[in-house]
Amino acid sequence: MRVLAAMSGGVDSAVAAARAAEAGHDVTGIHLALSRNPQSYRTGARGCCTVEDAGDARRAADVIGIPFYVWDLSERFHADVVEDFVAEYAAGRTPNPCIRCNETIKFAAVLDRALALGFDAVATGHYARVVDGPGGRELHRAADPAKDQSYVLGVLEADQLAHAMFPLGPTPKAQVRAEAACRGLTVAAKPDSHDVCFIADGDTTGFLCERLGTQPGDVVDRSGTRLGGHDGAYGFTVGQRKRLRVDAPAPDGRPRYVLDIEPVSGTVTVGPHDALAVDVVDGVLARWCGPAPDTSAGSLRCAVQLRAHGESLPARLAVLPDGAVRLTLARPAYGVAPGQAAVVYAGTRVVGSATVDRTHRARDIAAVGATTMSRHRSREGRPGR
Amino acid sequence: MPHQRTHYLDHAATTPMVDAVAAELQARLRDVGNASSLHASGRRAHRLVEESREQLAAALGARPSEVVFTGGGTEADNLAVKGLWWARRHVDERARPRLLTTAVEHHAVLDPAQWLAAHEGAEVELLPVDDAGVVRVDALEEALERGRDNVALVSCMWLNNEIGTVQPVAAVVAAAHAYGVPVHTDGVQAIGQVPVDWGAVGVDALSLSGHKVGGPTGVGALLARRDLTIVPLLHGGGQERDVRSGTADVAGVRALALAVELAVRRREQQAARLRSLRDALVARVRETVPDVELNGPPLGADDLRSPAIAHLTFPGCDGDALLMLLDAQGVECSTGSACTAGVPQPSHVLLAMGRDEGAASGSLRFSLGHDSTPADVHALVAALGAAVERARAAVAVGRR
Repeated sequence: MRVLAAMSGGVDSAVAAARAAEAGHDVTGIHLALSRNPQSYRTGARGCCTVEDAGDARRAADVIGIPFYVWDLSERFHADVVEDFVAEYAAGRTPNPCIRCNETIKFAAVLDRALALGFDAVATGHYARVVDGPGGRELHRAADPAKDQSYVLGVLEADQLAHAMFPLGPTPKAQVRAEAACRGLTVAAKPDSHDVCFIADGDTTGFLCERLGTQPGDVVDRSGTRLGGHDGAYGFTVGQRKRLRVDAPAPDGRPRYVLDIEPVSGTVTVGPHDALAVDVVDGVLARWCGPAPDTSAGSLRCAVQLRAHGESLPARLAVLPDGAVRLTLARPAYGVAPGQAAVVYAGTRVVGSATVDRTHRARDIAAVGATTMSRHRSREGRPGR
Repeated sequence: MPHQRTHYLDHAATTPMVDAVAAELQARLRDVGNASSLHASGRRAHRLVEESREQLAAALGARPSEVVFTGGGTEADNLAVKGLWWARRHVDERARPRLLTTAVEHHAVLDPAQWLAAHEGAEVELLPVDDAGVVRVDALEEALERGRDNVALVSCMWLNNEIGTVQPVAAVVAAAHAYGVPVHTDGVQAIGQVPVDWGAVGVDALSLSGHKVGGPTGVGALLARRDLTIVPLLHGGGQERDVRSGTADVAGVRALALAVELAVRRREQQAARLRSLRDALVARVRETVPDVELNGPPLGADDLRSPAIAHLTFPGCDGDALLMLLDAQGVECSTGSACTAGVPQPSHVLLAMGRDEGAASGSLRFSLGHDSTPADVHALVAALGAAVERARAAVAVGRR
């Protein structure tokens, strides 16, 4: 197969490319230039997309012995990932830009271009496994649970998965580093990147402030009593405990958490940990790996993961006629932020993914007796009411 | 990966070393002797450097004392642009902050000019070109007239590295000298391709590079009139008439001088051969891709273009994708544009010629050299049809 290996300049994608080449594929390495203003480490940039990362990727391609090019996708990345990121925060949600990038850049813009240019597959250094199942290709969790990245790939649909290659799926991270060293790849000891790649200094709130401006609002408790003020609700995430900008501790002395963000007024509601508990998660914009599950005869038993590296929670899945999903958790989850992905698993297999729209307590829904669901992505989710 | 024969069509980037030059270089690599030393070995080295200087000067119609050896074409350009601007900005108690150059220069001229503007107060003006890439001499005259006596320097390349357009250097010199302004020309691409007679043209400084003429990389020269003051970039032993310091690269300058001499001596014969090969390339490409556009002056205009360069726009294509697909078939060419962090930028030369960004990023430069053969053209044509089809499909999916 002709394989296009996306090489970030990190150790994982370098070993993935090397393995694809060693498996006998005709591999071409590319580095995606995603930032409009590539910076160097000398100017304090971190994450991906620096000039040094491009150089590291090129050097790895040299060592592997594959051709290497840089593809400039900065405009697409800005429109589809960065602007989406800012808009989501402006709407009081907490987006996951890595998921958006996989969905719209790596396995859309890059994959489409690769296929048009005669490639058969795109390989990345993600830790996940693609398995041929009875109903077609399936996405499964990686063998190494600590590194599993199937969560950020849960948005891939069958036609994307058909051309995806994840050579690191069966391997623990430590082994990948050792293998990189054996192969003479100089990135073997390079630290993993953790931050949002397009926020060079790691200061997400500062990044958002530059784009959204100062938007003062109140921090209130559940009764509406003002506890303090802030410069922008985008600086908060549901479940956040630190930097709440409240003037006095809670009367009971227990820590307080962000329970809700109201984007129009900018009001941030805080309260105790148990008020974060939710056991019903409504999701929109569902994407399925294969046909949508049929739950017309009753909800399906599944597991759901609500954040990257979060635990897998037993749940029941119902797909509503309008395509929205409702996940009913067997036990409460805490700090589920609208905008994050709810990725549905059957065992190790990824069934699909939806964007968290609203969260509830089951007993409240039962009490109200109504389960109307919004089609749009307006933020509700007032936990604990 | 299957590895086929490589068809190298990127001689304007660098060209293989000529056999005789490689032999000369190799023969000198183990010689001992610093050309500045006083003993016999030093004198021997010094003699070789001076013989090289004479050989290079003779090949270009210059005097030996006008040759300043440098560490390549980029250094020669930097030395001319910065060194002449620094020397001239306050000559005769007069402020001369202006630096006139063209919009189609190589970055080795554009970037030092822009650096001078950003850090030293230079006022840089980029002269426009016509749709064939020829600098507008009327715009130069207008610029010189506009600020009488406040221009430090005019820098205008001899032959454009991307398109292959020959600039009207003699007319530029005449215009500038009428105002007493010295002229530097980046001659890196011109030597060995078009007639370059230093004495006849009357230019004040000329940059050249070894590896573009079948010599080694990392060695070049600035020809500079003897009465011209140039502020050095590199201070030290003052080996090159106090304008450039650094121990003489004896083997390097020997190889450079021989390469320049051979390139000049063989120029006419080679130009005729490359011209017909280039014309065949353009014709065959046009058969395969009928809507291809040739950039720059028309093929028949031998005085206006390099015999070795065909710069082609493939409408609806992404040049980078095309380059990659041809590379995979062993056909090597260039988008001719500068790279920032490996990210290809639309060619500033094509943009200056009035082309839009689509054309500027959908173009490839094919450049021929002394070892190019019809087989290279055949290989290109054989690979091109499918590559163009795919590159167009890639642009189409990108628009979705």
